[in-house]
Amino acid sequence: MTSLVRLRALSFGAACLVLASLGSPAHAADPAITLVAPQSEVAFTIKQMGVPVNGRFKRFGVQTNFNPKSPQTSQVTLRFELASATVSADADPELGKPDWFATAKFPQATFASTGIKALGSGKFEVAGKLSIKGTSRDVVVPMQLVQAGGVSTVTGGLPIKRLDFKVGEGDWADTSFVANDVQVKFKLVLQGVPAQ
Amino acid sequence: MKPAPSPASSHVARYTLTAIALHWVLAVAILTAFCVGLYVEGLPFSPAKLKLINWHKWAGVTILFLSVLRLLWRLTHRPPALPAKIESAMPGWQRAAYHGTHHLMYLLFFAVPLLGWAYSSAKGFPIVWFGVLPLPDLVAPNPELAEAIKPLHGLAAWGLIGLVALHVGAALKHQFIDRDGLLTRMRPGGRA
Repeated sequence: MTSLVRLRALSFGAACLVLASLGSPAHAADPAITLVAPQSEVAFTIKQMGVPVNGRFKRFGVQTNFNPKSPQTSQVTLRFELASATVSADADPELGKPDWFATAKFPQATFASTGIKALGSGKFEVAGKLSIKGTSRDVVVPMQLVQAGGVSTVTGGLPIKRLDFKVGEGDWADTSFVANDVQVKFKLVLQGVPAQ
Repeated sequence: MKPAPSPASSHVARYTLTAIALHWVLAVAILTAFCVGLYVEGLPFSPAKLKLINWHKWAGVTILFLSVLRLLWRLTHRPPALPAKIESAMPGWQRAAYHGTHHLMYLLFFAVPLLGWAYSSAKGFPIVWFGVLPLPDLVAPNPELAEAIKPLHGLAAWGLIGLVALHVGAALKHQFIDRDGLLTRMRPGGRA
């Protein structure tokens, strides 16, 4: 069973409409796990000539039926609006261009789980496919679940190689200038996840 | 201006070799950093621009550190006094300008790079010296503060370049109009 999780209220208007349509509404009647968008974040750190540069996605959505007691039947799909990536005022206009995210051709990046393993004390290992800019890679993401006051906070991160996904091509491909390693970090605050 | 009768090179006490080396290294570094700073401003966003910005920051921090050494050296090694003949030929305003220019230049040797460093910090980009040594942020990231600091960095840099022009102009005047051999004090190379 799939629950629909809708991103709410991080930004307004068109952005919300786009995201509301991200997940199929077929199972909208299921008890939904919802993302508390203003408290959630998906961030990344790149290194440019040794200088850590932080960025984040302003718009992303989660679709999951995550049940900590039944990880083997749990699934999670994350979608990121690539056009919502922000680094700095100077860099942002570049990010949508073909050398970077090519948002006209690839509006979204996705992570789709293929298997979730419980490691105990709130730790999980989520295997899945990360797809960015038309390239998919198998990744394993360690996650920590903390539940308190009716909300579940899932944190984690993973290192990726930007050139695996052709992010930063052409003049930007030089890894001595922008390092190949990118650290991705996320914090998802969810409502409706069953207690562990 | 009354011309000095003959070049007095051999009678002019020179700065120490360390002071002379610091003077010329910093002269080249400051002029280069200034030109790069001016040039990058107009470049479109590109790897070339970002690389030059980083080199500009690294140069600025190097200038700042060398200026600290230079100030310490100057405080512990008295510069040679103006030769009496030259000093007596200078009207009071020139003597005031001579001291004022040097003091203000020293002030700006510190102010220009510190403002640039603070601008980078406020922009949210820590400086990693030559891509290796991370330096502490001078201020917390703050876009409004960054916009406020940026023109000050530029203004201070232009002020320094103005003083450098005055300094060079005065040196050339001593060399070619007064012909008093004052430049011997700071000329690179062996003794005159």
